[in-house]
Amino acid sequence: MSSVSNLLVIGNGPVGHKFLEALVQSGKADDYKVTIFGEEPHAAYDRVQLTAWFETRDAKDINMVPDGFYNDNGFTLYTNDKITRIDRIRSVVTSEQGVEVYFDKIVLATGSYPFVPPVLGHDRENTFVYRTIEDLEAITAAAQKGKVGAVIGGGLLGLEAAKALKDLGLETHVIEFAPRLMAVQVDDGGGAMLRKKIEDLGVSVHTQKNTQQICDGENTCHKMIFADGQELETDLLVFSAGIRPRDELARNTGLGMGARGGVVINNNCQSSDPNIYAIGEVALWDNRIYGLIAPGSAMAQAAVDHMTGTGDSEFAGADMSTKLKLMGVDVASIGDAHGNTPNCRAYTYVNDREEIYKKIVVSEDDKHLLGAVLIGDAAEYGSLLQFMLNKMELPPEPEGLILPQVEGHSTGIGVDALPDSAQLCSCMNVSKADVVSVVEAGAATIADIKDSTNAATGCGGCAALITQVLNAELEKLGVEVNRDLCEHFAYTRQDLYNIIRVEKIKTFEELLEKHGSGLGCDICKPTIGSLLASCWNEYILEKPLQGLQDTNDYFLGNIQKDGTYSIVPRIAGGEITADKLIVLGEIAKKYNLYTKITGGQRIDLFGARSEQLPIIWKELVSEGFESGHAYGKSMRTCKSCVGSTWCRYGVQDSVAMAIMLENRYKGLRAPHKLKMAVSGCTRECAEAQSKDVGVIATEKGWNLYVCGNGGMKPRHADLFASDIDDATLIKTIDRFFMFYIRTADRLQRTSVWMNNMEGGLEYLKSVIIDDKLGLCEELENDMSRIVGTYQCEWKTTTEDPKKVECFNHFINSDASDDNVVFVKEREQIRPIKKTERENLIAVG
Amino acid sequence: MSKWINICHLDDIPANTGRCALLNKEQIAIFHINDGEKRIYAVSNYCPFSEANIISRGIVGNLGDKTVVASPLYKQHFELTTGECLEDENVTIKIYPVRLDGDTVQLAA
Ligand code: SRM
Ligand SMILES: Cc1cc2nc3c(=O)[nH]c(=O)nc-3n(C[C@H](O)[C@H](O)[C@H](O)COP(=O)(O)OP(=O)(O)OC[C@H]3O[C@@H](n4cnc5c(N)ncnc54)[C@H](O)[C@@H]3O)c2cc1C
Ligand code: SF4
Ligand code: FES
Repeated sequence: MSSVSNLLVIGNGPVGHKFLEALVQSGKADDYKVTIFGEEPHAAYDRVQLTAWFETRDAKDINMVPDGFYNDNGFTLYTNDKITRIDRIRSVVTSEQGVEVYFDKIVLATGSYPFVPPVLGHDRENTFVYRTIEDLEAITAAAQKGKVGAVIGGGLLGLEAAKALKDLGLETHVIEFAPRLMAVQVDDGGGAMLRKKIEDLGVSVHTQKNTQQICDGENTCHKMIFADGQELETDLLVFSAGIRPRDELARNTGLGMGARGGVVINNNCQSSDPNIYAIGEVALWDNRIYGLIAPGSAMAQAAVDHMTGTGDSEFAGADMSTKLKLMGVDVASIGDAHGNTPNCRAYTYVNDREEIYKKIVVSEDDKHLLGAVLIGDAAEYGSLLQFMLNKMELPPEPEGLILPQVEGHSTGIGVDALPDSAQLCSCMNVSKADVVSVVEAGAATIADIKDSTNAATGCGGCAALITQVLNAELEKLGVEVNRDLCEHFAYTRQDLYNIIRVEKIKTFEELLEKHGSGLGCDICKPTIGSLLASCWNEYILEKPLQGLQDTNDYFLGNIQKDGTYSIVPRIAGGEITADKLIVLGEIAKKYNLYTKITGGQRIDLFGARSEQLPIIWKELVSEGFESGHAYGKSMRTCKSCVGSTWCRYGVQDSVAMAIMLENRYKGLRAPHKLKMAVSGCTRECAEAQSKDVGVIATEKGWNLYVCGNGGMKPRHADLFASDIDDATLIKTIDRFFMFYIRTADRLQRTSVWMNNMEGGLEYLKSVIIDDKLGLCEELENDMSRIVGTYQCEWKTTTEDPKKVECFNHFINSDASDDNVVFVKEREQIRPIKKTERENLIAVG
Repeated sequence: MSKWINICHLDDIPANTGRCALLNKEQIAIFHINDGEKRIYAVSNYCPFSEANIISRGIVGNLGDKTVVASPLYKQHFELTTGECLEDENVTIKIYPVRLDGDTVQLAA
């Protein structure tokens, strides 16, 4: 094709964006002059992840568009402007703002809108839908003024919305017309179990309720009146009663429509006008609207393939299996969940104690899986789905697939049996072959796979299966997944932790003798030193432990480039009195130390020679200072903002909380350093969301964030719990830290630990909040033992002359290291530079 | 023949750590290794990579059949019997004769 044709994409939602991405991928983007119209103010964002917006309330975090995407590809995007008319005679469209664009081809990706049942009062103020960032902003604002919230509709989205209202601190109700929740996806037994789980979250469920009228409430904004005469008072109301295609443009320009709406498309996603394609939730294929992202992506690909002639994928329908992404509520539905296939058989497993319900529907001959419902434990979702999609033959006695696993006997799918074409991640359309090829190219962790294929970054339902494939492939490549600590110990850090705990091992020598070989090295010694400290919290310079410590821990200070050390006293929460500031100033002056305010809200004194350290620290300790552990893989600081005491916006005393937290965890040794911060309100001046543990004050208590990181690869922390009180906050952090200490790899910050965690945030919540592993009591006890055995290492050290002796530079002389030379700069000392030293020698 | 100078008692160097001695204006890192059997090594205290006198503060151990110390600043390994750097074959640090006279550590003057 020589001339460029005008391609117009109407709608910039996830599917419209997938279309653009696929177009770029096809290599044919240059053949088109592409113009995109989006009605929303934001460029494409991931609607599937909409609820995640609450975590940071920052649209950037769910953005789908890489920097420069439109410019680099020569695309023109109009946001905040909607197409109001398609004129097929003149081949021109008109926008609300009056822009006119000629077209040769159109892609309709206008999606759908939430259906609001026309009950009396449905258009009152303080009623919402749950579809866009603006909807969430409006709900958040209204939640601040009200106490009660209700969601009309107990489907997948309704439950997600209800959880969000609950997290905003509202008393929450779900109103469902049908006799059970998620009526389309789950059967009666599953619905009953699901109801319990939702009620466990603190959400009230009302089924078989037909809302007839919404009017003024007595104590709240609204009153809902149901057909059975009952009433419910609520301040805000969210409708989530299904979706309807946004097909008005198509209707007005005379395209073929379904009886109940939707633009009729063929397998190439063309409408009745071959120059107009329709994809995503606006499209009707074989009389069906697909309200999920995966079919939308497949349509986008089919449309690109057909339009550009670069591929031959056709849209041939899609699987509607789904998994609910609600914290603590595992729900999944696959295929023929209700067992509608003639002569099918069903097997059910119910466990009331653990609130688990599982059902599989299989063919008459037990050979093929037709459907499944999983409530309370959806771990098998990925493998069951593969059985069904790939029509794989089931093992004899297929009920084994959903029975609790007997030790050492895996009933899961053998991933080797999966064909290469098996789609492992439907959200991101990643096949087994894609995963295999990135593993062959060097990917070795689930984090690598997420980075290179985007797999498991949508609903997350596929992560477990992808990990299985990863491990199987690594094994095949002969990459022995060697996680041994080093040549001296054929164990992982986690194994060693367990060995030390169970066998009550107190020294490196004992561990080496029983479970290792050789002398040890600079990898295993500090690691085991840290493990022993995390388990038993003994003084780290005690004789058998001393030689394990890296120089920073041995000298209780950070070594600097010239062999001197820095001194960082603890200044909990960054709060310090004038008197203490003066003490630091005087000591710095007396010993001629360089002083600097650190990035951790405290004061660092640099340039102390090793033999000066105990002398200086003795003075500091006597003035009431203690070690700041700036040297250890241990708890560092808890930064604070000034909070409600002074700040006009503060809603809680963030300084007091920060000091309390820092003092609670001081001295705690971990796989890597730990940092915390507490902010007094959502303005977040303490930057808590960049910390391992971040706490942000709310009107009702605290929001807890975990696994943030500044440093080399910044990571925003994840919201872990909302509006919790002081006691719950501390308990949760106790559990979180101890679980990290138990399970992380050596030198793995919490951020990387999280990125590698199978099941991710939801799994962590299930362990730490729901106590799924029954570990929490032990974790709390472990922490309370560590808190109870804290000692200031510097105080202990300065009191022991034999230890003080070890700080002398020479064992046989009182002289100092003459290689340490300082010069002055900006009125303070600094180490001499190499060139300066050479001049010195030349002159001297 | 060289003369042996008493430096310290073996117990002054906690097992599996090092200390630095000063002899004829030279800084010598002495390591005391004990894995059931007592051994003693002496190498230069100067780390050519960091250009600081800190080798005695490194962690000792073995890599394969080599007994090594890891420089505490940038973690290069030096073999204690030869002074050779495992990461860079062009770099070797000086080694010194050292012995135990009973429990007294001695360096050769
Ligand atoms: C002194 C200080 C810089 C300053 O003058 O402000 C500092 C100094 C060092 N940092 Fe830092 N970091 C300092 C705040 C930070 C911060 C800011 C903060 O804590 O709010 C960060 C980013 C936040 C974070 O950690 O997520 C930070 C991220 C790092 C990293 C990168 C960590 C990462 O996960 O990517 C390293 C390297 C490492 O730990 O492996 C590092 C390592 C170091 C070391 C230990 C490097 C070394 O081994 O010599 C430096 C020690 C010097 C010394 O003697 O204290 N420092 N460093 C700050 C001490 C804070 C304190 O009071 O304890
Ligand atoms: C809270 C929530 C959770 C969800 N969770 C999941 C999940 O876990 N798994 C899953 O598969 N799916 C989920 N979905 C559904 C998924 O988001 C949709 O399938 C997907 O967004 C459909 O994409 P689309 O581009 O077709 O439509 P849309 O996302 O609706 O995008 C269409 C865009 O076009 C714009 N537009 C409409 N008309 C015009 C016009 N005339 N001119 C210009 N612009 C116009 C709209 O404003 C909109 O921005 C969820 C949806 C929501 C709301
Ligand atoms: S940023 Fe780098 S140079 Fe600066 S203090 Fe941190 S580690 Fe040192
Ligand atoms: S299936 Fe949803 S992220 Fe992979």
